[in-house]
Amino acid sequence: MSRLRVSEVSSGTVLPELRVRVTREQLVRYAGASGDFNPIHWNERFAREVGLPNVIAHGMFTMAQGARLVGEWAGDPGAVIEYGVRFTRPVVVPDTEEGALVELTGKVTGVDETGVARVTITARSAGQSVLGKAVARVRLAD
Amino acid sequence: MGLDQRFVGRAYPPTDPYEVGREKIREFADAVGDPSPVYRDPAAARAAGHPDVIAPPTFAFLLSVRANEVIVTDPELGLDYGTVVHGDQSFEHHRPIRAGDRLVVTAHVDAVSSRAGNEFLTLRSEVTTEDGEAVVTARTMLVARGTADSPAAAEAEGVTA
Repeated sequence: MSRLRVSEVSSGTVLPELRVRVTREQLVRYAGASGDFNPIHWNERFAREVGLPNVIAHGMFTMAQGARLVGEWAGDPGAVIEYGVRFTRPVVVPDTEEGALVELTGKVTGVDETGVARVTITARSAGQSVLGKAVARVRLAD
Repeated sequence: MGLDQRFVGRAYPPTDPYEVGREKIREFADAVGDPSPVYRDPAAARAAGHPDVIAPPTFAFLLSVRANEVIVTDPELGLDYGTVVHGDQSFEHHRPIRAGDRLVVTAHVDAVSSRAGNEFLTLRSEVTTEDGEAVVTARTMLVARGTADSPAAAEAEGVTA
């Protein structure tokens, strides 16, 4: 696996789509790895008490999926030099085998003279956008 | 109750060093479901030009959360943490975090504002090595919903995660 070259990328290049199944088990695993044990991410009773429709994914879990989308495309996640998102809507994760589906897409919206590509990311779940202003900057190889 | 504007511009003393371990990186990569070998296999990481396995691009959040705790729990700031949602997050990687790094974090309060009944707190974490090499700048915007003096609905912002 080697890093994508600047000659292989131009404005308008579309990244391969990433479809991620998010289950309760993954949220528990992410809670443990990240140290974020907020019960809205694993306790349905608590989530409903605070007005949510069900347990929701950690925003940072969803953000990490965008990083995976871009890192896999770039051939090296170390190429991601900037990455930012706005958390617009939660990913609601029902207690089922399938969990929730998050669909991520990306498109190159610019390549500058230093070989850095700007990638605009979309992330959707249950028909709605869950990340806003999701942009990564990726340093391409010469 | 409004957030205390005097917090803007404050910087906090550096945290104790956090030593980044290979197995912690592997655990985090497994938890987010990212299969890249550069998170797990030192030989694959070296082939990609890294001295050791690197951490996923959002890993630094673990460090910034710890560093921000001193701010968000300060009673003088007046943040009602029960109403807080994560609004925005960004990372600027000066270089990838890698196994063996001993990282310290300096937390800064960049902005405090209110709009449509919600309050916004923008925090910045400067993550460096113990020797002062810049590694990551992480920015977090937190929203305290419906806590500003204005009675406007929190839902107006549509911020939920």
